[in-house]
Amino acid sequence: MTLLAPPHPLEKRVLLRRFPEPRTEPVWIDEYLRTDGYEAIRKALAMEPEQIVDEVKKSALRGRGGAGFPTGMKWSFVDRKSPKPKYVVVNADEGEPGTCKDRILMGYDPHRLIEGVLIGGRAIGANRGWIYIRGEYREYIDILDRAIAEAYERGFLGSNVLGTGWEFHLSTHTGAGSYECGEETALLESLEGKRGNPRLKPPFPATSGAFQCPTIVNNVETFCAVPDIILNGGEWYAALGTPKNGGTRLVCLSGHIERPGVYEVPLGMNLLTILNEIGGGVWKGRKLKAVIPGGSSSPVLKAEECDIPADYDSLAKAGSMLGSGATVVLDETTDMAKVLARLMKFYAHESCGWCIPCREGTTWLKKITARLEEGIGSERDIDTIDRISQSMLGRTFCPLGDAAAMPAMAIARKFREEILEKLSRADAFAPVEGAQPLVVL
Amino acid sequence: MTFSPELEARFAKMIASYPPGRQKGALIPMLLYAQDEVGAVTDEVIEEVSRRLNVSRVEVEEVLGYYTMLTREPRGKYHLQICTNISCLLTGGEELFQHACRKLGIGNREKTPDGQFSLEEVECLGACSWAPAMQVNYDFHYHMTPEKLDQLIDSLRKLQ
Ligand SMILES: Cc1cc2nc3c(=O)[nH]c(=O)nc-3n(C[C@H](O)[C@H](O)[C@H](O)COP(=O)(O)O)c2cc1C
Ligand code: FES
Repeated sequence: MTLLAPPHPLEKRVLLRRFPEPRTEPVWIDEYLRTDGYEAIRKALAMEPEQIVDEVKKSALRGRGGAGFPTGMKWSFVDRKSPKPKYVVVNADEGEPGTCKDRILMGYDPHRLIEGVLIGGRAIGANRGWIYIRGEYREYIDILDRAIAEAYERGFLGSNVLGTGWEFHLSTHTGAGSYECGEETALLESLEGKRGNPRLKPPFPATSGAFQCPTIVNNVETFCAVPDIILNGGEWYAALGTPKNGGTRLVCLSGHIERPGVYEVPLGMNLLTILNEIGGGVWKGRKLKAVIPGGSSSPVLKAEECDIPADYDSLAKAGSMLGSGATVVLDETTDMAKVLARLMKFYAHESCGWCIPCREGTTWLKKITARLEEGIGSERDIDTIDRISQSMLGRTFCPLGDAAAMPAMAIARKFREEILEKLSRADAFAPVEGAQPLVVL
Repeated sequence: MTFSPELEARFAKMIASYPPGRQKGALIPMLLYAQDEVGAVTDEVIEEVSRRLNVSRVEVEEVLGYYTMLTREPRGKYHLQICTNISCLLTGGEELFQHACRKLGIGNREKTPDGQFSLEEVECLGACSWAPAMQVNYDFHYHMTPEKLDQLIDSLRKLQ
């Protein structure tokens, strides 16, 4: 089966431009070369590294891994004159629930990723890169390994890239099951053969990353956007999106939607247009209750909040995030207490345990929400969720704590009435008036 | 201990990809690939990998306790991993998992007595747009239903 969706007329396919039709085979090197493949790295090799970074800055490309940090700026933080080796690391951990886009890029257009990495490597003066890919993706590791071997054979990778004397090596590196390893510093620890505990920032990876050397860490989709930026110019790319939110991005539609799938849309397309036109609307003719717009860590939007442009800044203004582009649709029948409980079970499982606010906070959120899911609890529990979440926000070692607290707080606040209603049903547990909690956080 | 020639070739390439003196980087991938060939991270695997990478046993134990794909105990010949995270939850992943428990007569992280099947409830597999999703070993199965799961298990049983 193919995972590629047939293109929708409202899509703008740049990353997916090689796929006017769904297909099962990846684009291997000959086909890649026939369709402008590796033209961008040829062009980049004739440019000064600063020019490459400038072009990426002009493109207003922002990181597609979750945080939306401007990519050109991140690359400019690397000191090219540092005597240390510099490294490129691709974040292909794809662990944020709802997210299933990097696999499309790696599984169907693997050379695009390799080319993007080469350009990134050239821009910061690196000679080596790794693709850190989640272990469950063996299928894609095999595809990338074959594509990398092809690129070595044709001289795009190796000790003398295209005869320019520049050396660049690339390998896949497999993870072994950990959401936290998608966090860039935990990922770097894992790359070094250790538990995926996060590192204190600063120093940021640009100064001290893989093996304590200057490193850029970017998401698969971020690197995949780079070849077309170099080919057509940063301004062209920026103009596809909205100001400061350049280009196109992949949106992963899932949940209660008529046509789930991975589609490519310009930054700033209205969220409702994406859902109703491209996604075909809520499934089974039902009404929309809510949308998780950027992966499980992004605060939920109620149906009436969804009429907004889907770009980083607009979603931030609406109190949520574009995150990883994973858009999960919840229909009117969804039990929000259940959604909340499942998400908190996830974060408690994935907290690495390194810092106390996250380890304890996620555990308590899991326990309380599991009870609420069963209809056991009181209004006070909803307040406790809020209090715990607030005491986690910004106080954990890495953003996993925020990633748990943000959706907890949003669901508890926006669906308070629904949860209360669940608790007030006849068979629900009724707490004694004035009962005191033994543990106060 | 030696591994298959293919795995030996992979390990050689892998180890060479880390900076000099930092071969420990290969630890987690090596454990996973060795596990796939041997069936589990056995004492021998630990010994061999730690010797090759020049790391202590404790350093290996540390990562074994952290990464969920690594296991000291052999799993079933067919390890069924069913996602119940958000997108799968919304489309029947939980029911699918419960159906698998009943069908196989085992619970989460358990193995059938004949060693053929083991079951695990897993977090998001990155297959959310084709939910509910599951993996049998490394093979993905999309848009699952209890009926499709029955067929899958029955066809795997016939393969034995
Ligand atoms: C808990 C956690 C998990 C993350 N998982 C991923 C992931 O699976 N893939 C990814 O690209 N970024 C992930 N990130 C974001 C990375 O830390 C980092 O911001 C990203 O790799 C930077 O690349 P970008 O600028 O291209 O987005 C995660 C962050 C956190 C806090
Ligand atoms: S939520 Fe099940 S595969 Fe992502």
